[in-house]
Amino acid sequence: MNVINRLLTSAAIGVAVSLTSFAAVAETPANMLVIANRIDDIITVDPAESFEFAGSDISRNVYGRLVNLDPNDLGAGYKPDLAESWDVSEDGKTITFTMREGVTFHSGNPVRAEDAAYSLQRAVILNKTPAFILTQFGFTPENAAETIKAEGNKLMITTDKKYATSFVLNCLTSTIGGIVDKETVMAHEADGDMGNTWLKTNSAGSGPYVLAGWKPNESVTLTSNPDYYGGAPTMERVIVRHVQESASQRLLLERGDIDIARNLNPEDIAGATDADGVKVVDELKGRLMYLALNQKHPVLSKPEVRQAFKYLIDYEGMRDSFLKGQYTIHQNFLPATYLGASDENPFSYNIEKAKELLAAAGVENLEVEIGVREAQERIEIGQAFQNAAALAGIKVNITVGTAKQILARYRSRDLDIYLGAWGPDYPDPQTNAGTFAYNPDNSDAANATGLLAWRTGWDAGGLTEKVDAAVTEGDRDKRIQMYLDIQKEFREISPFVIMFQQIEQSAMRDNVMDFSTGQAVTAAAYWQVTK
Amino acid sequence: MALTEDTKERRPSKAPLSEKFLPFVKGTLLTLGSIAVTMLGLLFITFIIGRVMPIDPVLSIVGERASQSTYDAVYLQLGLDKPLLVQFFYYLWDVMHLDFGISLLNARPVSEDIARVFPATLELATLGIFFGVVLGVPLGVLAAVRKGSWIDQIARVVALVGYSMPIFWLGLMGLLVFYGILGWVGGPGRVGIFYVDVVPSITGLILVDAALDGNWEVFKDAFSHIILPASLLGYYSLAYVSRMTRSFMLEQLSAEYVTTARVKGMSEWDVVWKHAFKNIRVQLITVIALSYANLLEGSVLTEIIFSWPGIGSYITTALLSADMNAVLGGTVVVGLIFILLNIFSDLLYKVFDPRAK
Repeated sequence: MNVINRLLTSAAIGVAVSLTSFAAVAETPANMLVIANRIDDIITVDPAESFEFAGSDISRNVYGRLVNLDPNDLGAGYKPDLAESWDVSEDGKTITFTMREGVTFHSGNPVRAEDAAYSLQRAVILNKTPAFILTQFGFTPENAAETIKAEGNKLMITTDKKYATSFVLNCLTSTIGGIVDKETVMAHEADGDMGNTWLKTNSAGSGPYVLAGWKPNESVTLTSNPDYYGGAPTMERVIVRHVQESASQRLLLERGDIDIARNLNPEDIAGATDADGVKVVDELKGRLMYLALNQKHPVLSKPEVRQAFKYLIDYEGMRDSFLKGQYTIHQNFLPATYLGASDENPFSYNIEKAKELLAAAGVENLEVEIGVREAQERIEIGQAFQNAAALAGIKVNITVGTAKQILARYRSRDLDIYLGAWGPDYPDPQTNAGTFAYNPDNSDAANATGLLAWRTGWDAGGLTEKVDAAVTEGDRDKRIQMYLDIQKEFREISPFVIMFQQIEQSAMRDNVMDFSTGQAVTAAAYWQVTK
Repeated sequence: MALTEDTKERRPSKAPLSEKFLPFVKGTLLTLGSIAVTMLGLLFITFIIGRVMPIDPVLSIVGERASQSTYDAVYLQLGLDKPLLVQFFYYLWDVMHLDFGISLLNARPVSEDIARVFPATLELATLGIFFGVVLGVPLGVLAAVRKGSWIDQIARVVALVGYSMPIFWLGLMGLLVFYGILGWVGGPGRVGIFYVDVVPSITGLILVDAALDGNWEVFKDAFSHIILPASLLGYYSLAYVSRMTRSFMLEQLSAEYVTTARVKGMSEWDVVWKHAFKNIRVQLITVIALSYANLLEGSVLTEIIFSWPGIGSYITTALLSADMNAVLGGTVVVGLIFILLNIFSDLLYKVFDPRAK
């Protein structure tokens, strides 16, 4: 739907709603949580394979992990879950987990160290998209049996070198760290797939919910696990319905047929804010919006020019207009709520300062191309940047294209400037540090397309070593300080103009308490919700 | 009248068996041949468009941050390194075995997905075309008979609104008024949350399944959910069908045989319905078949607003996600619907118009 249509519709609904009142508002049962969400991104619910937002929501509620994040206290970081405690060897390479006693899977089978070992080995051997979260520690299909092993009630994992314990444990809180019921999964193995085909649409977890059904593009139904070791959830049934359209979600919410609407657009959020019995809750998510200045460009690679571009962004203007409620200003590569995140945003919209820096670099009549994917908010950011750059004497040509067209050029280091978005892969600072500020080989031959620094043609210099050092630092506080230092240097010298961090706004009935979308670090949790 | 030798020869009862069946066999073979060629052309064009369009199926699987080696591995796995024609023949072979491949995104067989989403569209479209025809045809006839009267003007306005009003807007307004404010109908979705998966899926048509199961609670709830989107689609069909009916009828009502019938003192009812209307049936069949085919193709916007898991939104989602197996499978089904409806129309022509035999 185009923007005009959307605005017209929202305006019409707004006027109509304000002039009338809804029919007697329905109410979902007290023990049931009904959520409207776009769930058409779910490909699979196998924790070894799932890597999408809606799929992660399911996994978080269905699978226990060795360590997990508490939805009521996400800032505290990982806490014991299926592992009651852990010890780290002197060389820092082996972590020994002691499993919690008396926990059972949904099948009734006990959760054993053997299941945990199998789950992690399985994820490494299957080597699906998110497997890199584990294989970055040196686990391979060949060595998985030796590096991840169970002995009685203990699980030992041995990494290829010393890493920060917090790094390893943070990674184990991600979806791929979900512990599956070995016996149930192996009973459904077909052609040596380690139960992958079956687990795509079924569950074998020990979490607070059991997957009762998933109909692609229709609904996900979860039922509570009465034997959950943390106590049976209050919401005995959770139904997530796929409702694509924002206005439809809003109608369902205001009519009382759903409890939570997760994809309202800014116009509908504004409308829902004033509705009776509805509240809007904001949570910061991990997605960052940024510009990448290609360092193979002779002018863009000048330090003063890189600095100048950071003053050519009307941060506040955009945040308060077309990005209102959806993004907040954030100029660091670690999203707020991440370990080591910095809240310093030193750059502001300052054309004169940018002109001074450009003059100092001897830049005149600069003309550059910026690649933008065909998404409304990105195009609007691109246009705002184009206008600001024009005031500083820079001509910016906007090329709008599909993901394939624009990303292919970015990955081949062909674009002058790329306007993009980036979301972290797992809840540890390394996920973004290792791509924004890390580039051990900047040569074309390295072809490290997975690293944003390489795509931008930027030799991160000393930052690469600092990122390496931070990832092995065992002391959590020291590690935090290292990331703060890295980000400070990064802000000043990098060719990345990080601008905004996403906000997710969920509208819900005002009797819904403690719902969490997981902020930037994890997925949505339902077991703590009450009504 | 005495029979000539020629007419005697043409009498079916006297014709040899081979002469009697030869045209039928020939006709059937020609029809099957044309279906095969049309389907082949449809498959080929869709396949080529799918391969040259600027979306990357590999990227949609591996994600934008995948390494080049992962990208290359999936590229080879999908067979994208082979020449286009070779890829097409592989695909054709699979389709001939009713294998549309696996959806790149949800890893399920595309045929299973289509079997799940198509009944939802079929149910909606059938009810929609029912409303469109039952109301649209009489309205068109009435507008033609009372040309220039207030009835004609109302019919014109109704059709004009149907043509010009964006379906998206009308759908949301319908939801707001009849669901949000009045509470007369169910909201988005095929059934309310309490009735999801309550009746066993036999046909996939929830009204039919509920009736077969004897569960009238579910039937009532499903009907309250389908009535609004079906009425909306029916309204758009009504606008088209009524205007075309009016136009066909005006042509017939000005014909000499109608004047003759009136001069002979035949009642207006008989003139309109037994003579004029009888002669527009063949044209109407084409109009209704096309209208029905359009609805069966899936009204994407209606499906999106009403969260209706039909084939229109399935193909659209697949297209936007570069899931080309799903797009091709869906397109083949839609193409097949058009072809089958055309054949059905041809059969009806022969029933209503002996000259077509």
